[in-house]
Amino acid sequence: MKKLKLLTIIILFFIIKTSNSYSLIEVDITRGNLNPLPVAVSPLFQDNKSKNEFTKELDLEDLGLEISRVIENNLKQSGLFNPLSKDAFLQKPDIAHLKPRFEDWALIKAQALITGKVSLDNQKLKVEFRLWDVLAGREMLALAFTTVPNNWRRVGHIITDKVYERLTGEKGYFDTRIIYVSEEGPKTQRIKKLAIMDQDGFNNKYLTLGNELVLTPRFNPTNQMITYLSYFRNLPRVYLLDIETGIQEVVGDFPGMTFAPRFSPDGKKIIMSFAKDGNSDIYTMDLENRIVEQITKHPSIDTSPSYSPDGKYITFNSDRSGYQQIYVMKSNGSNVKRISFGNGIYGTPVWSPRGDLIAFTKLHKGKFYIGVMRTDGKGERLLTENFYQEAPSWSPNGRVLIFYRETKTNKKGEGFSAKLWSIDLTGYNERLVETKTDASDPSWSSLLSN
Amino acid sequence: MDPFKILRNAVLLILFGLVVTACATKKSTTAPSKIDSQIQGDVYIGSDTVGELAKGVPDRVFFATNESILTTKSRDTLRKQAAWLRENSNVNVVVEGHADERGTREYNLALGERRANAAKDYLMTYGISADRISVISYGKERPVDPGSNPLSWSKNRRSVTVKAN
Repeated sequence: MKKLKLLTIIILFFIIKTSNSYSLIEVDITRGNLNPLPVAVSPLFQDNKSKNEFTKELDLEDLGLEISRVIENNLKQSGLFNPLSKDAFLQKPDIAHLKPRFEDWALIKAQALITGKVSLDNQKLKVEFRLWDVLAGREMLALAFTTVPNNWRRVGHIITDKVYERLTGEKGYFDTRIIYVSEEGPKTQRIKKLAIMDQDGFNNKYLTLGNELVLTPRFNPTNQMITYLSYFRNLPRVYLLDIETGIQEVVGDFPGMTFAPRFSPDGKKIIMSFAKDGNSDIYTMDLENRIVEQITKHPSIDTSPSYSPDGKYITFNSDRSGYQQIYVMKSNGSNVKRISFGNGIYGTPVWSPRGDLIAFTKLHKGKFYIGVMRTDGKGERLLTENFYQEAPSWSPNGRVLIFYRETKTNKKGEGFSAKLWSIDLTGYNERLVETKTDASDPSWSSLLSN
Repeated sequence: MDPFKILRNAVLLILFGLVVTACATKKSTTAPSKIDSQIQGDVYIGSDTVGELAKGVPDRVFFATNESILTTKSRDTLRKQAAWLRENSNVNVVVEGHADERGTREYNLALGERRANAAKDYLMTYGISADRISVISYGKERPVDPGSNPLSWSKNRRSVTVKAN
């Protein structure tokens, strides 16, 4: 397996420590994106010597321009920013990075400006960048990073995270990856593989070959492990996979199907369902001492468990009321309370990393919805309606949900496809997440760097 | 043209339309559609996808949405399977449980397991020992009919008994 080693990026120094003083630009992310902030991302400047070396090493014509495109694309996809066309830029990258002529940038209606410089320093890629408030005419943020040249896309993501954080006041979600199930073949005989890609769809890699059915991969929020369901040797069981080493193992020794796995927020336990004699209950296994605990004990189907971020509660779905509904209980299985009481059936509850909301799938009158409710079940908001969609997964900052949709086939059973989509918590900015093949079961990683 | 005339013509046209659609609705209710004859109480009763475990022994039974209750017809099928298995005591079987695509993936895995076990339990009450029957759930992963309509979904809500050796 190709190594997916996380190359550490060192924040070298703050060029200038930015103050929290009053600033004119601020992006409100609690409402819709009706007025995305116009931002200019200047190509990052590079001197000729570095340019030649990067061209040789990375086979890229202009690394500084490429990194600026990564940033622009991230900002655009967020729906909160409107990156302006580079054709309109009046100032050269090198001069702009030193001291922008704010009138020039104001003229093209930019409110924020990102400038930067890349250089090769002792075989390392060194990147500096600055964020400027065009209207106030001052610098808001300045940082520098060094890393191996191959890591240049991540540099673009980290810069976006820093800019997003400075302008919205919340952590970003750009230096992250998505693990998902890649799908090919006819609907009745799908070939499924585990796949991983950067949040923007680049650096796609397959982690299994497609010899056995695989489903529902989920990241460990603390490291590079994933857990998923594999039908290896026709025995559907929960597996653990280290994506750095490629080593995988079965979780526990259960005499039947285990499924619907997720990690606890500290990454030390796996919570999942175990099906026996027609009944599914929720279990945990401690990854250090391998101790298995039964959490629910009920003759109904209890599945899709998800921990609260403090690890004290678990949300899950159960059909103990007759239909699939969402419940919350203490992490030891006590105090089970139903929280979904709207019309329809509810499933796949996932606790927000911010702790305040639970995202879910709802089926009502033949339509599928992705929605959110508070953890007491109140304040239900449906974000999107479709023929079939399910399994939301939160961005690490709790602002965006990624999920999958399947299309309705025609009378001959043709036209099936499965794709990843994302939507803001606000219900705005619904987007197709492009993948090389059909895709389902997405799971969002934590921020790779902080 | 006189605006009143236009209005009157429009009203007439609408009235005419109503009469025609009313007739059309009546017609379709008197003649049972193809789907109705193949689904009874939300359970598929046709033979479209049904294979054989052995000669004259159907390999599968069908379920209502979200249910794992065996119908009279299903029990009849399973009794035939049990009879054949009693006569062929060297054969072991796998009961595969399936769900339609109108549910969440994880719940459907559990539902498929529940359906497969409903069939297994019934085979056991007719004398087949538990160690000859294993179950596996595929949830919504292996539809037999790729359609997105109630008839296709009814064919996919099934448990299938297949020879394991």
